[in-house]
Amino acid sequence: MIDIQYFLILSAVLFSIGVIGVLVRRNAIVIFMCIELMLNSVNLSLITFSSFFSNYYGQIFVFFIMTVAAAEAAVGLAIIISIYRNKESINVDEINILKW
Amino acid sequence: MTVNWIEILITVIKILLVQIILLTGVAYTVYTERRVSAFIQNRIGPNRVGPAGLLQPIVDVVKLLMKEDIVPNQANRFIHSLAPAISVGVALCTVAVIPFGDKIILFGREIKLQIASVNIGVLYILALVSLGVYGITLSGWSSNSKYSLLGGLRASAQMISYELSMGLSLLGIVLINGTFELDTIVLNQYGWKWNIILQPIGFITFLVAAFAETNRTPFDLPEAEQELVGGYHTEYSSMKFALFFLAEYANVIVSACIITTLYLGGWQFPYLQTFGISPMIMSILQILTFLIKAIFVVLFFIWIRWTIPRFRYDQLMSLGWKIMLPASLLNLVVTSIIVLLLKYN
Amino acid sequence: MDLSLISILFVILAVISIFSALMLITRKNPVTSALYLILNFFTVSGIYLLLKAQFIAIIQVMVYMGAIMVLFLFVIMLLNLRDEKNLTESFSFKKLTSVLLSITFFVLIGTTFYFGFSNINPSRQGVEEKTVEIGKATFLGEKLFTEFAMPVLIAGILLLVAIIGAVVLAKKKFDPVSPDKE
Repeated sequence: MIDIQYFLILSAVLFSIGVIGVLVRRNAIVIFMCIELMLNSVNLSLITFSSFFSNYYGQIFVFFIMTVAAAEAAVGLAIIISIYRNKESINVDEINILKW
Repeated sequence: MTVNWIEILITVIKILLVQIILLTGVAYTVYTERRVSAFIQNRIGPNRVGPAGLLQPIVDVVKLLMKEDIVPNQANRFIHSLAPAISVGVALCTVAVIPFGDKIILFGREIKLQIASVNIGVLYILALVSLGVYGITLSGWSSNSKYSLLGGLRASAQMISYELSMGLSLLGIVLINGTFELDTIVLNQYGWKWNIILQPIGFITFLVAAFAETNRTPFDLPEAEQELVGGYHTEYSSMKFALFFLAEYANVIVSACIITTLYLGGWQFPYLQTFGISPMIMSILQILTFLIKAIFVVLFFIWIRWTIPRFRYDQLMSLGWKIMLPASLLNLVVTSIIVLLLKYN
Repeated sequence: MDLSLISILFVILAVISIFSALMLITRKNPVTSALYLILNFFTVSGIYLLLKAQFIAIIQVMVYMGAIMVLFLFVIMLLNLRDEKNLTESFSFKKLTSVLLSITFFVLIGTTFYFGFSNINPSRQGVEEKTVEIGKATFLGEKLFTEFAMPVLIAGILLLVAIIGAVVLAKKKFDPVSPDKE
């Protein structure tokens, strides 16, 4: 059986790649996808702990994270659509009307 | 970790058998569809190649293989080739959880007539159905043509909408049986206790949703010829085009199998146990029962296609969200109340 | 690490998932990015299966791949986005710093995970069966509707609010009778 560290490090790698994506990319939809990637890597570590310690709380937690992710995706994409409608662009550098 | 090679070999043989039967079934469903449509429209249909045109599917496949494979200039080549593969792959994977019969004893070994007996069978079907959207959506997007794109968008919106009522009508069966396992669901439908009798509303909503998911008439808007040329596969030719057709008919057969398994009692032949015949013949009879039921459902699909005209797109959406969804929710609520009352009485 | 079947599968899945995550953040075209993200979700779902969490694995496929990513693709297709600039063209020191910071963050988290859990090796023999039991839909369903009944209800309300919010946000601005007309 594989040790617990390998799963956790995989999760850490995915999370860091997600962070890089959020910081480097400027397309709002890609940033959003990177956030989904980060959520997913957190899910992976929760499932790892749940499986290695035979504790079901981790899996229940993942279930709720998925619910929230679905709700977040629906609202977030709706926001992106309405931004696109107003600015004809979803580059996050151009969305700066709240900046003074 | 010990690997049981005989078990793996048996599974591989089962997979090969089921896939061969499914693919042959697809070829002859196309043939049947052409013949039945000809019969309905008072034509003759393909009757030249072989006796009564029975070799027509083989000739068709050879013809499609020989044709030139055209990829549009501005298309995204990789995704353009990936899309039909996704469609076919999803359609062929779904049969893995369908039980074709009870356990059969061959060469002193008990073999389950189901490729994978997983305890999340119903969820597996729903998951694969939801993946089927990708093939159509991506083909529509990657072709770089307005007709394809419109077809792809229509298909994805339609399939997402009807997935909901499909899942909700399946939940009624899950509630009655208390399990996601398809073999247990079939075992519980002994005698005339078929789910179509226990769940009439669920059956109708599931059937309509299955028509919508397979993009068949009256819900074939993604490929509506009069409006969209060919819909999402306008820009496909040769074998890639054939793969989309394969996927469509494989989906029809697989939905027929799923409907049979879930609502029409699967391989159960009512009161077969009371006849007192040997277990071997009984297994064969059960498989035949399953096949005959599935063939009837496929014929029903074809019959509907050549009888009912196409919906308008707004009618399709309002049917999905305003009638199907409330009906399946109502079915779920009523079923759960009845299950609860029966449990605590 | 012994070379059992599970280890080999884990290595394959892990390599594919890291590769697809890297492709996700480097591709110019959002549709390609989305496809790599789907591949990544798929491999992670396979890793869930290795961890004996069947129910979560299939829910991952249904919710993430079947619903969320279809929504993403749908929106990308609807907006008809053009390719972004190449990453090397839009290079800036701000971005380089952020990448370096992320790598530092990874080193921090990775060392914590690696050394923090090296002593904790939960004995897998006794708990193996219990782990399999936990991953099943019946067990999780029972827990969800007894112990976690309230959170499930709240999650339902959250989804309802999200649906209404999404409809309100994405709807085309309908033109109310403007006051100057009256």
